[in-house]
Amino acid sequence: MGWRQRQPNISMTQSTALRLTGLSKRFGSVVATDDVSLTLEKGEVLALLGENGAGKTTLMNMLFGHYLPDAGTVEVADESGTLQSLPLGHPQAALAAGVGMVHQHFALAENINTLDNITLGSEPLRSFRRNRNSAKAKIDGIIERSGLNAPLNVPVGRLSVGERQRVEILKALYRDARILVLDEPTAVLTPQEADTLFDNIKTMTEDGLSVIFISHKLREVLAFSDRIAVLRHGKKVGEMATADADEKVIARMMVGADTPKVARTEMAPGTPLLKLSDVSVKGRAKRDTLKGVDLTVNAHEILGIAGISGNGQSELANVISGLAQPSAGTITVDDQDVSKPSPGAMVKAGIGRIPEDRHHEGIVGAMSVAENMVIERLDDPAIQSRGLLKRDAIQANAEKLAKAYDVRGPGVTAASRLLSGGNIQKLILARVFERSPRLILANQPTRGLDMGAAAEVGRRLLEARERGAGVVLISEDLDEILGLADRIVVIRDGNLVEAVSHDREQIGLMMAGEPA
Amino acid sequence: MMDLLNILMTESFWAASLRIATPLIFGVLGALICERAGVLNLGIEGIFVVGAMCGWMAVWLGAGLWGGVLVAALAGAFFGLLHAILTVPLGLSQHVSGLGITLFATSVSYYTYRTALPDVSSPPRIEPFRALDIPILTDLPFFGPVLFQQTALTWLALLMVALVWYVMNRTALGVAIKAVGDNPDSVDAQGLSVYGLRMGAIVAGSALMALGGAFLTMSAFDAFFFGMVNGRGWVCIALVIFASWRPGKALLGALLFGAFDALQVRLQTEMGALVPGQVFLMAPYILSIIALVIAARSADYPRALLTPWFKGQR
Amino acid sequence: MIRIEPRENASRAFAFGIPVLSAVISLAFAAIPLLAAGANPITAYGEMIKGVFGSVFAVSEMLTRATPLIFTGLAAALAFRAKLWNIGAEGQLYLGAMAAVAIGSGLFDISGILLLPLIIVLGAAAGAAGMMAPTYLKVRFGADEVVTTLLLNFIILIFLQMMLEGPLQDPMGLGWPQSAPVLDQGMLPPLMDRMRLHSGLILALVLAAIAQFMLARSVWGFKLRAVGENAAAARHAGINVRRSLFGVAAISGALAGLAGVSEVAGLKGYLTADLSPGFGYTGIVVAMLAGLSPVGVVIAALFIASVFVGADSMSRAMGVSSFLADLVVSMSLLCVLVGGFLAKYRILRTKGATA
Repeated sequence: MGWRQRQPNISMTQSTALRLTGLSKRFGSVVATDDVSLTLEKGEVLALLGENGAGKTTLMNMLFGHYLPDAGTVEVADESGTLQSLPLGHPQAALAAGVGMVHQHFALAENINTLDNITLGSEPLRSFRRNRNSAKAKIDGIIERSGLNAPLNVPVGRLSVGERQRVEILKALYRDARILVLDEPTAVLTPQEADTLFDNIKTMTEDGLSVIFISHKLREVLAFSDRIAVLRHGKKVGEMATADADEKVIARMMVGADTPKVARTEMAPGTPLLKLSDVSVKGRAKRDTLKGVDLTVNAHEILGIAGISGNGQSELANVISGLAQPSAGTITVDDQDVSKPSPGAMVKAGIGRIPEDRHHEGIVGAMSVAENMVIERLDDPAIQSRGLLKRDAIQANAEKLAKAYDVRGPGVTAASRLLSGGNIQKLILARVFERSPRLILANQPTRGLDMGAAAEVGRRLLEARERGAGVVLISEDLDEILGLADRIVVIRDGNLVEAVSHDREQIGLMMAGEPA
Repeated sequence: MMDLLNILMTESFWAASLRIATPLIFGVLGALICERAGVLNLGIEGIFVVGAMCGWMAVWLGAGLWGGVLVAALAGAFFGLLHAILTVPLGLSQHVSGLGITLFATSVSYYTYRTALPDVSSPPRIEPFRALDIPILTDLPFFGPVLFQQTALTWLALLMVALVWYVMNRTALGVAIKAVGDNPDSVDAQGLSVYGLRMGAIVAGSALMALGGAFLTMSAFDAFFFGMVNGRGWVCIALVIFASWRPGKALLGALLFGAFDALQVRLQTEMGALVPGQVFLMAPYILSIIALVIAARSADYPRALLTPWFKGQR
Repeated sequence: MIRIEPRENASRAFAFGIPVLSAVISLAFAAIPLLAAGANPITAYGEMIKGVFGSVFAVSEMLTRATPLIFTGLAAALAFRAKLWNIGAEGQLYLGAMAAVAIGSGLFDISGILLLPLIIVLGAAAGAAGMMAPTYLKVRFGADEVVTTLLLNFIILIFLQMMLEGPLQDPMGLGWPQSAPVLDQGMLPPLMDRMRLHSGLILALVLAAIAQFMLARSVWGFKLRAVGENAAAARHAGINVRRSLFGVAAISGALAGLAGVSEVAGLKGYLTADLSPGFGYTGIVVAMLAGLSPVGVVIAALFIASVFVGADSMSRAMGVSSFLADLVVSMSLLCVLVGGFLAKYRILRTKGATA
């Protein structure tokens, strides 16, 4: 892997394509963006770097018109190169000015085909006819020039994640975007696919396209950009040409201090705790199916499951959590057969589960922090007696745990949805770890968390491992897996393949399905 | 068995089926449009009532039949707009809002009717739509006589099927409606207004629903009775799911339902001694539930149905 | 530029104030249809108040009218808490009523001191049974229970006709479609002399108190609330969502069935097809006005009963259609809905950045 260090295209006259001045935005009492100014030159690739929650997406959403800024202006260069003021708060205006955005969660309609998704919004709604032929011709031209391919007559719901991302980009190019914003584009790609994407982007910049891409991955930003702007807590804290960038300096800019590295010491694995033998699970979509997988997790061990989302992770997590029944195969926990699992049974068997979607599966948002702390223990005599809740005990328990796990918010009786993402995760960690589980399933546990919170999660998992627990860590973040896992298994298309070593390149190839 | 086949062969049976199906065609099309855009409109039962009452009263007050149709459509559009405001920009529970609209529209209709006509013992009648004779079509063998007995409103319903099909499948507006019901973000990101599309769809759909009610008082019968809608609106909601939100299948579903309803009247006279009549009366509702269950896990389910969308939340 | 922001805390004041305000606003709005009918709103309101509070009889009538509404209101409130949209209370009410007359009129040769308890238990069971099928269809097939319960109402009503012209028909009733009367021992005892008010009210109030307690303090109530607020998270946490849904379905149906029992074995003494002027549907409005709280249901039921009884009296006195009551009730539902929005969100005027 590696992108050739770009030489800026000297033949192109230096001209500013975009200028953001003094943009600010707050949501209630939270300041998301604080007086940020930025310029983008024509033909350049600018990386917007910052950890989760730094305000990168909010900034770009203001550019594209999804949010209305509290203060600040945006100017976009028109076809002749003159900067024009952009009306804010309407995606329509941004599109008309030549700004296109590829969202992190694709803004695609799955029930209509690619062509319709691309042309959506470009034809007047009043008209009684459609211009599919001329649209198709234009799209074919774009596909050829940019190298991004996607089938036009297939409902988007049937496309792969990589294809869908290409459709998102084609959408922007079809609207004659001169500025393209990509929000975390490599979150859903294998390392090799990421390379291909940026090669395509390079091609497009040679045609005059200017690109901003948002990322929280330092390595990727250093590899693929011309210039870097670093955001932290909503402010711009640094800006430099990539050629001049120093990794350590930038890392410190992102976090504001030196990040304590989570250190994993070598440890001998203990006895097997969880065993999946030839387990198959039918998922809802044809893609998510586990196909006869074997898995063993030992005590004192973190098993990392690497892979892009959508390859069967959900089914694997559901089976271990007790939410899905295997259609074949056996599962044993401590040599006890649990092949007909239910969530309650898995909890009783001593499995602690950190769910992937903490808002939708992890907490009942309308219920209080205290109630969410005890939700997995409703038959515990410590919190209920003869079917009636012991409210004082529940309150005391919550206060104790909130202190021990640093859960911050408006108090344990407040609704849990009022907590920030990081604190919700701490609530879940408290709930899981207070039972000293022997086996832990951590499903994308640091997604959306800032570095400090992410480090905390990693620390707790390592602590548990030290105490003798076995951990199944499912994560899209390859670096996280390389850092925390003792053994790594790659999941692809419902199959598990064990990685021989912690080799990034090799694992990337396995994720893409190529033979090692 | 022979009796059954005999019944199925008569033109009057099919004519009755089409006549019974007509209000359902309007209702299913209307509900289809709302739901494709992502909003469930349980106000349909009340909108049927208001269409029936307003259409009839407009004619009774001298507006002429097509004037009555227009008034009915406008009344439906009004209550649809109310539902649209509650469910789209305010994002309130579509279930509760719909039920509230049904109760509200029904009580407004009943109160207005009773206040305008306080002393009548039997409901006053109007001159309803007459059967329409269209030169070439009504000369066809078998189909001709069936169609010959239909009124202009039935023809309008059939025309609406074609129109809704065309808009949904051949125009940019149709693409936009389907998209907003699947993922409103996709529409917003392309510069279109989610609120505008959804509200427009609800208003248009509600106008169609009201025509279903108008058919009852201006074509099928010629007066307004309390309780005359009798659950047809709810049947339409079940039939939309059966139709997988497609206009063609909607027509088919309405016709099947109409056929079954027409059949039960005839079977009652044939078999009345053996089976109590009420069993046949129940059958259409049971059929609707079965249709609902069969189609409930359909792949065409509008993904964003029942989920409110708010501007500026990503 | 208008901006909408979620409120941090839904303050208690809102929970209480919104239903009250909705009631007041919908009554105020009633002035419009009153004027359209040529009536003086002030006089009309006066007549309504007189019709509810003007005499002991009036108050007792209001309480009698409120009794079934408390039952159906509780049925709706508990089910809706679990996001189980039971719109079938009307049908379940009739199932309970049918069971009451079947057992209570001597059809099965049962009599004696156990008759009344038996009527109550079996009436509740009949109502509960009526909610089982729609819940099963929802859980197993994902069929929308709003539609299935609605359609089932119509089916049950037709079945009722069948019963009243058949097995349940009063052999001494001159051929009218009505049931034989319930035996004396099967009747709920009256609460006051010469008034129609009966002890069904006591039963309703007791059940409301139990429901309130169980919802707030019991594990069962906790699970119900969790399932209603976020079924996926509840399931993940190990709560048996299906069991909770079937449980609340049974209780909801039972409560609606008891409304039927109460009307037949407490008020009328026999069953006809027009026993309920829509108590099941009105119960939904009661529940929403009550913010789905059992104690609130009692208060909301009293309010709505007052509207109906008051409008009836006003209608007789002034010739205005009594459908006014339905208007007021439906408007108050819409007001509560909008009020709920105002409680959750704050509306601000902001000066955003202009182009």
